[in-house]
Amino acid sequence: MRKFKSINKFTRTGIISYLLVILGFAIIFPLQQLGLINHSLSGQLVPICTYIVMALSLNLTVGFLGELSLGHAGFVSVGAFSGVIAAAGLQDKIAFEPLRLLIAVIIGGICAGIVGLIIGVPVLRLRGDYLAIVTLAFGEIIKNIINCLYVGVDKSGLHISMNDVKSLGMENGKIILNGPQGAVGIDQISSFTAGVILILFALFIILNLVNSKSGRAVMAIRDNRIAAESVGINISKYKLIAFITSSVLAGMAGVVYAMNYSTIVAKKFDFNTSILILVFVVLGGMGNIVGTIIATVVLYMLPELLREFSDFRMLIYAVILIVVMLLTNNEKVKLILSNTTGKLLSKSGKIIKWKGSADNG
Amino acid sequence: MDKMVPYPSNSIVPERDLDKKPILETHHLGVDFGGLTAVDDFSITVGRTEISGLIGPNGAGKTTVFNLLTNVYQPTRGDIMLDGMTTARKTCFQVNKMGIARTFQNIRLFSNMSVLDNVKIGLHNSINQNLFSAMTHLFNYGKSEKAARDEAMSLLEFFDMQDVADSEAGSLPYGAQRRLEIARALATHPKIILLDEPAAGMNPSETSELMENIRRIRDNFGIAVLLIEHDMKLVMNICEGICVLDHGKVIAKGSPDEIKSNPKVIEAYLGKKKEGDANA
Ligand SMILES: Nc1ncnc2c1ncn2[C@@H]1O[C@H](COP(=O)(O)OP(=O)(O)OP(=O)(O)O)[C@@H](O)[C@H]1O
Ligand SMILES: [Mg+2]
Repeated sequence: MRKFKSINKFTRTGIISYLLVILGFAIIFPLQQLGLINHSLSGQLVPICTYIVMALSLNLTVGFLGELSLGHAGFVSVGAFSGVIAAAGLQDKIAFEPLRLLIAVIIGGICAGIVGLIIGVPVLRLRGDYLAIVTLAFGEIIKNIINCLYVGVDKSGLHISMNDVKSLGMENGKIILNGPQGAVGIDQISSFTAGVILILFALFIILNLVNSKSGRAVMAIRDNRIAAESVGINISKYKLIAFITSSVLAGMAGVVYAMNYSTIVAKKFDFNTSILILVFVVLGGMGNIVGTIIATVVLYMLPELLREFSDFRMLIYAVILIVVMLLTNNEKVKLILSNTTGKLLSKSGKIIKWKGSADNG
Repeated sequence: MDKMVPYPSNSIVPERDLDKKPILETHHLGVDFGGLTAVDDFSITVGRTEISGLIGPNGAGKTTVFNLLTNVYQPTRGDIMLDGMTTARKTCFQVNKMGIARTFQNIRLFSNMSVLDNVKIGLHNSINQNLFSAMTHLFNYGKSEKAARDEAMSLLEFFDMQDVADSEAGSLPYGAQRRLEIARALATHPKIILLDEPAAGMNPSETSELMENIRRIRDNFGIAVLLIEHDMKLVMNICEGICVLDHGKVIAKGSPDEIKSNPKVIEAYLGKKKEGDANA
């Protein structure tokens, strides 16, 4: 144990988070295969995995970069719908499902990344909470655009329209996106295994990034922008790198999430979802990877567990959130936590300032 | 101005630097904040291995000069030449790459990070690692990280801080934080380093150690040092040239001895102190 403690803080976080995910998979996967997990929980496995990735990726923006984003679900949405369209377009061409899913995930990630770039370039240059405002608007805009988007596929390829199904002008084609009804007839090729692999991939990227030249630059900007600039760090560039990485991972999570259902509507990824992901991050601890994973699992399951309280369910949920938030901010509780968990989670509950002050010295 | 003679006739640059082009020149530099002229007509020339001082009463505009030199503020008038190149229209991080590094009057460390990481962040632009190897830890990741670690450790050793490399920067005592800030600035491989009140809050033994360190920085790295300081003993002891600022204007320039006996300086700065002493 002593030796374990002496390892670099980042390496330690890495080992714990990989172990946590692999262990969770090793226990749940056999149970699921044997049919020992009840139906409702079994249906939650893919969403939980993807919400973990959404929270981990948002933590990159909020915890490591120190910028507030209120439209993370927008990137999930862009990824989800572009991935669904890609998978539908490839259905005849690639028969092997995992490969089709992989390509859809990559395309979803790229599309979300491009949107992240378009938003990030103008907004991340500004100092202040502009990102929060713009991402908030973006989430709503994306939702409305997808709501009136019609996409279909036939032998001649993809057809896109903003009017209605008829104007797609397809002969014998298949409708993929049907305006307000969202994506229909999705081939459900996503799986628990795919979700876990995606978590491991997200962990790999984030943990590596944090422990590198680029990651240190990102955290330097968060801790003290003026000092970071004074040692030659290109602030806009590294903010953009963190933000785009975060968008790409969110988009990928969106694809795996969407391909788990037969239909999905744009309303699923609205402001409430963005806030839900943000709550996972804040309660898990900003910049805390292990904490984010645990918080996501617990808080995602909580409404299910509280089902018997029926009408009071969300009320109790809210009260629990407030209590947890108060507790994790309490110095004494933090001390007890960090002692009992052997300093594994010593960084949890640490509140990171969103913006440094900008006085002249 | 005649290009063949880069140094003005009233130059205070030490003789050994006179045959080389100056590292820093400012010409009639000035900045206004709304109606307030914080700095006006500020012209200095700094030799390549010179230790020079910038002094003046509180609010004289010294920190503002540093902020102009590092492009934190854009000058309203005048221009800055760093190693013969203008720094106009450059951003903060670009002027650092051009060879100017600084410390801050109120220490600005990355306090949640380790001492070693603070110096590694200073090494940012000399670490040869692209985004792909950063995300995958493949290719030259291992080599570049090891090189960065080795250089950061040798910088920490220079300041006798190798034993606290893994401590959190914010947990260090005040004097050590100031040293770390200098180490981080040196990690950017500057040609000139600006120190804003490096001795503030230090006890006499720490101050004399600092004086020794400033000389060692100049000798070891062969760079110029420009420092702001209120501790007159330190300034008079190590600075070869001194520039005195009052209400944003240069009121005197010269060697320590010249400054000590300059009536304008005594009136604006030292004089006030003497009055106070007499009253006490
Ligand atoms: N960003 C700014 N906006 C407005 N006024 C400013 C700004 N920065 C500095 N000033 C003003 O410029 C003047 C010089 O300030 P500066 O911080 O440079 O003084 P200083 O010589 O460093 O003093 P000290 O010895 O107390 O550090 C002060 O009157 C200050 O209020
Ligand atoms: Mg000052």
